[in-house]
Amino acid sequence: MLPASNSGRVYAVLLILLGMAPFITSWIDQPFYLDLLSRALILAIAASSLNLILGYGGMVSLGHAAYLGIGAYCVGIPAYYDIYNGWIHLGLTIVVSASFAFLTGLIILRTKAVYFIMITLAFSQMVYFTFVSLEEYGGDDGLVIYLRSEFPSWLSMEGATALYYWIFGALVLTLLVIYRLVYSRFGRVIVGSKFNEERMQSLGFNTYRYRLTCYVISGVLCGIAGMLLGNFTSFISPEMMGWTRSGELIFMVVMGGASSFFGPLIGTSAFVFLEQYLPEIMKTINPSWHEYWHLPFGVLLVCLVLFGKGGIHGWLSRFDKDGDVK
Amino acid sequence: MQGAFFNFSRKTIPVDWNLLITQLMNGLQLGLLLFLLASGLTLIFGIMDFINLSHGSFYMIGAYFCGTVVSVTGSLIAGIVVALICTFAIGAIVELVIARRLYRSDHLDHVLVTFGLILIFDTLVHMIWGAAGMAIPLPEILNGQLHIGTLVLPTYRLVIICSGLLVAAILFVLVTRTRLGMLIRAGASNRTMVEALGVNINKLFLIVFAIGATMSGFAGMLIAPITEASIGMGNEIIIIAFVVVIVGGIGSVKGAFFAALIIGLMDTIGRSYLDDLLKLSLSAEVAETAAPALSAMLVYILMAAVLAFRPQGLFPPAGSK
Repeated sequence: MLPASNSGRVYAVLLILLGMAPFITSWIDQPFYLDLLSRALILAIAASSLNLILGYGGMVSLGHAAYLGIGAYCVGIPAYYDIYNGWIHLGLTIVVSASFAFLTGLIILRTKAVYFIMITLAFSQMVYFTFVSLEEYGGDDGLVIYLRSEFPSWLSMEGATALYYWIFGALVLTLLVIYRLVYSRFGRVIVGSKFNEERMQSLGFNTYRYRLTCYVISGVLCGIAGMLLGNFTSFISPEMMGWTRSGELIFMVVMGGASSFFGPLIGTSAFVFLEQYLPEIMKTINPSWHEYWHLPFGVLLVCLVLFGKGGIHGWLSRFDKDGDVK
Repeated sequence: MQGAFFNFSRKTIPVDWNLLITQLMNGLQLGLLLFLLASGLTLIFGIMDFINLSHGSFYMIGAYFCGTVVSVTGSLIAGIVVALICTFAIGAIVELVIARRLYRSDHLDHVLVTFGLILIFDTLVHMIWGAAGMAIPLPEILNGQLHIGTLVLPTYRLVIICSGLLVAAILFVLVTRTRLGMLIRAGASNRTMVEALGVNINKLFLIVFAIGATMSGFAGMLIAPITEASIGMGNEIIIIAFVVVIVGGIGSVKGAFFAALIIGLMDTIGRSYLDDLLKLSLSAEVAETAAPALSAMLVYILMAAVLAFRPQGLFPPAGSK
């Protein structure tokens, strides 16, 4: 299923390495790296789901972090009432994020361009303020989740390795879903309406319905990422769905290379890596500078837009002989 | 003074007129601050088709520059004058170095670049002025209170309202009565046509961007004596300013003015009266929980409604598509 190109081979090796990560980290005795990877892969699910609408569908959502929050609270709120059944958490996540995506999508998808960006932002702010004002569930301060979602023993999330494989499995499934979607007739319609919606309509496609379906799928996938994030951090707060979080998600997608299949995974890995090590690097320049790591981060972001078209995936693809950016 | 009552069918709520007037003044103040931010934003948006998330950074920078000069010279006027010049210069630099290259690329690039700029400005402020906020002392004359009948109003609140109205008036004259304003209006309606008529569009863009930055900085200077200057102070209000721009109609200064007042009043009144209003139809307990959430969401609900039913905004610029 992978494109037989050099970048494709790089990604195949990467996936295999990720699958073996718990063994590698325990072999070199650095369990911390597994934590870092778990976080990167959860964000990769969220970024891939955003890439489905942003990269392939041309729908720039500045409110996707709302679904991370919805997924996380679908674990947190039942856990608050001592309901730890994982199937309930998962079911709730899917139902709530799908209905939210559907209901808001009905309005959102009537808009285009700038208006699309602004209305996704508006809806995510509404979700944000709803959770801020829910005093019962911690409001601004958030909630602590004391136990992870409970699944049957073969699917348990207990322990860092088990949770990592849950996340890895979810990521592989997400990528499979997106791959199947994008390279199906459905996906062609989505990509087609990104470039020329009138043409797709005159070909007889109800693009509104196609885009709405795509939007709902993307929301659900991101909701699941949120559910995993809630389990992983065991602390959730409205802060995880603020608009700057949505901005970061876009950053991850674009840094990796929008509308490339593995781009979001690369982008989130780079993001988590930078977030972890830029403070260290700043510290070596001047010991008191580790707080200022956002500065090179921002400069990188500006340079990425001004000079780096296609993101990291784009650079990798330049090693391919045919130069075809997949 | 709880004499007056609104009569509703089942229950009545007492109206405290002093409180209501104070809240209206608060709403007016918020509305005018929003207008100072949104008028620049809407012109940059309408004329250059550029989404500037970092517009709120000028709001923060203005406040910090003003505070620094005030702490050195002790004069608020000097602080404001120096800070206005500095925000104008920084706005011009951002336009020349970064924004100018991106007017023709897509909105996603704008969002990313200006998001990066927010990170850069926030960190620079952190490096220069430290993590703690910066208080700006007010001169004695402005720090007092005004007594009108039984009403007590802080003098500085009136100063903010008057300066906001003054800037709005100046901007109105600039936009409707000068050649520059004519070009700005023409640019908001049809940029390509203005370019084709031989206008130096680059210069126009530079001026609009820098004036927008200056007005945003001015809003920051006005509010800082009340809230003190802090890192990221522009990041919340800029989102509301975007709501104002959308509700008013992109590119329309008149729209920004009315939308800013509507949203400022709606937000303030919503926060103080929504629970009372909800109690008329809901149980007290439900109203207490629902009101804070709903009042925080009100402006976004308005924006979603405008986008759904009148996407061009309430007062779109004349002749735009």
